[in-house]
Amino acid sequence: METPIIELRGVAKHYGEGPTRVDALKPLDLDIHAGSLIGLLGPSGSGKSTVLNLIGGIVDPSAGRVRLDGDVVFDGRWLRRDLRRMRLEKIGFIFQFHNLIPFLSVTDNIALVLNLAGWSRPEAERRTLDLLEYLQVADRAQAMPSQLSGGQAQRVAIARALANRPRIILADEPTAALDGERAGIVMDLLRKVAVEQAAAVVVVTHDEKIMNRLDATHVLRDGVLVA
Amino acid sequence: MNLALRDIRHHGGRFLLTCLGLALLLGVVMSMVGIYRGLVDDALILVRAPAADLWVVEGGTRGPFAESSRIPKDSRAAVARLAGVAEAGVVTYQTVQIHVGTRTLRLMVVGFEPGRPGGPVAVADGHSLTRSHFEMVLDRRAGIGLGERLRIGADTFTVVGHTVGEVDSAGNPVAYVTLKDAQRLQFELDGAAARNQAVRGEAANANQVNAVLARVLPGHDAVAVARAAERWKHLSALTQGQQEELLLSAVVDKARKQIGMFTTILLLVSAVIIALIIHTMTMDKTREIATLKLIGAPDRTILGMIVQQALALGGISFAVGAGLILAVADHFPRRVIIVATDVAALSAVVAVVCIVASVLGVRTALKIDAARALGG
Ligand SMILES: Nc1ncnc2c1ncn2[C@@H]1O[C@H](COP(=O)(O)OP(=O)(O)O)[C@@H](O)[C@H]1O
Ligand SMILES: [Mg+2]
Repeated sequence: METPIIELRGVAKHYGEGPTRVDALKPLDLDIHAGSLIGLLGPSGSGKSTVLNLIGGIVDPSAGRVRLDGDVVFDGRWLRRDLRRMRLEKIGFIFQFHNLIPFLSVTDNIALVLNLAGWSRPEAERRTLDLLEYLQVADRAQAMPSQLSGGQAQRVAIARALANRPRIILADEPTAALDGERAGIVMDLLRKVAVEQAAAVVVVTHDEKIMNRLDATHVLRDGVLVA
Repeated sequence: MNLALRDIRHHGGRFLLTCLGLALLLGVVMSMVGIYRGLVDDALILVRAPAADLWVVEGGTRGPFAESSRIPKDSRAAVARLAGVAEAGVVTYQTVQIHVGTRTLRLMVVGFEPGRPGGPVAVADGHSLTRSHFEMVLDRRAGIGLGERLRIGADTFTVVGHTVGEVDSAGNPVAYVTLKDAQRLQFELDGAAARNQAVRGEAANANQVNAVLARVLPGHDAVAVARAAERWKHLSALTQGQQEELLLSAVVDKARKQIGMFTTILLLVSAVIIALIIHTMTMDKTREIATLKLIGAPDRTILGMIVQQALALGGISFAVGAGLILAVADHFPRRVIIVATDVAALSAVVAVVCIVASVLGVRTALKIDAARALGG
């Protein structure tokens, strides 16, 4: 089998030391392959978000080795000097709270990422429009984030995460704020991205109605992978 | 896409209000510089007014402005005969205070001999002195109309002409009268003691003037003529350039230091205020900055946003402040002169201040953790 896009080996995370030490994640091995849509399940506080944040370089692992898209990026320490560039190039984040930049219009929130990634303006405009159309928010292209409904904002945030065609998509409860139909659209889109872009998509979720759309699920309990 | 601009537009009202406050402060800074320029300019007006090349004053003094100087009136004839002198005239200077209606008016009375150097070079309306007595050319700033009469001591003068912008270093309007009138005024206003002395011939007021000023023929060197004049031990001579320098150092130097210090303090206050504003603006954007880091924006982008906002803040405030000061400059009791080079220099200083002040905001921004964007 081909090498996984995401490969975690003995990756652990603890917060604090001594009596206040919290082991958010015990040493964990995990492989996620291109084209797969993987669910990460588990009760609240079990370490699901920690896994996503470690992969995304937002949180520093306490130990272990992380390989992303063929490159070892963490091995006891970060080997990539520029984690932000890595995120820009390889990773799209989707959160429960949309995190749109409030002073940029819908279009500009998406164009910003393409801009930073070095896309030409016409290409960026084309791409932005396509994404907005696909996520059925093209009519809100010029709106400011504060003028959007929760569902619209979430779809724009998803469009932003997908904009630069990342090979890794990390979604932390992406459908929690969406109704069944919208949640279905989002899952379809993530599936499409996984297949067409040969991306690895990891979705943290509690959402029963999307479980059946996942290729596989992993379950965490108290920082340990139990299934 | 310019993040700085987008954010400013998003909080347009608040930003403009902040700018307005800062504009007032920077306006004060600029008016300080303008006031200084006004002081310097005012100080030089009187010495430049007669368009002289050479000032001959009492020996061992640096008169007639920086120190008092009294020389015999007939020094004029001696100076006029020096090689290279085209023409020479005598001048007296005295400050008088008079009452016009309910108003107290201080005037710098300049006495000169019509037809010789020392009088008003440019009379804006009316005419120069035509009679030997009781006519006056007065600066418009005194607010006295042509044809109006002014009582000074025992004499009544008629204003026959106006100059524009001729004031002494204290900002008092200049009044030109004939030498004879000026000397009589001096005699009258000097008080009883001086009069008694004069009667005894000890201070022959009528034969004394404050300075002789001369114009030098083309091709002649004012310095050489000055040296020649100083062969008379009771006389000293200063070129126009020396006289101006003297005034600037003696009269203006303290004002320059005073205003310079004050301007520096105001700029420091502005810097602190700009730094605090930028810091607050950055703190308000913590979540946005965290999100930018999350989506992969480099520090350069974030820095650029903060520094550009600081510059926009400074630039808009400076422009508004400059506009305000230009609008009200003429209503100041003393002249406020806004020179283009000062505006340019000050804008450069403000730009530097903004960049320095944004360091605090930049440090704050760089420390923001991308994980901050994750919380609800
Ligand atoms: N910044 C932090 N400091 C201390 N403890 C943390 C921090 N972030 C997460 N934790 C702890 O790590 C554990 C796992 O958290 P998280 O990954 O957010 O769980 P989940 O997403 O599954 O709800 C929890 O016990 C949580 O309290
Ligand atoms: Mg979580």
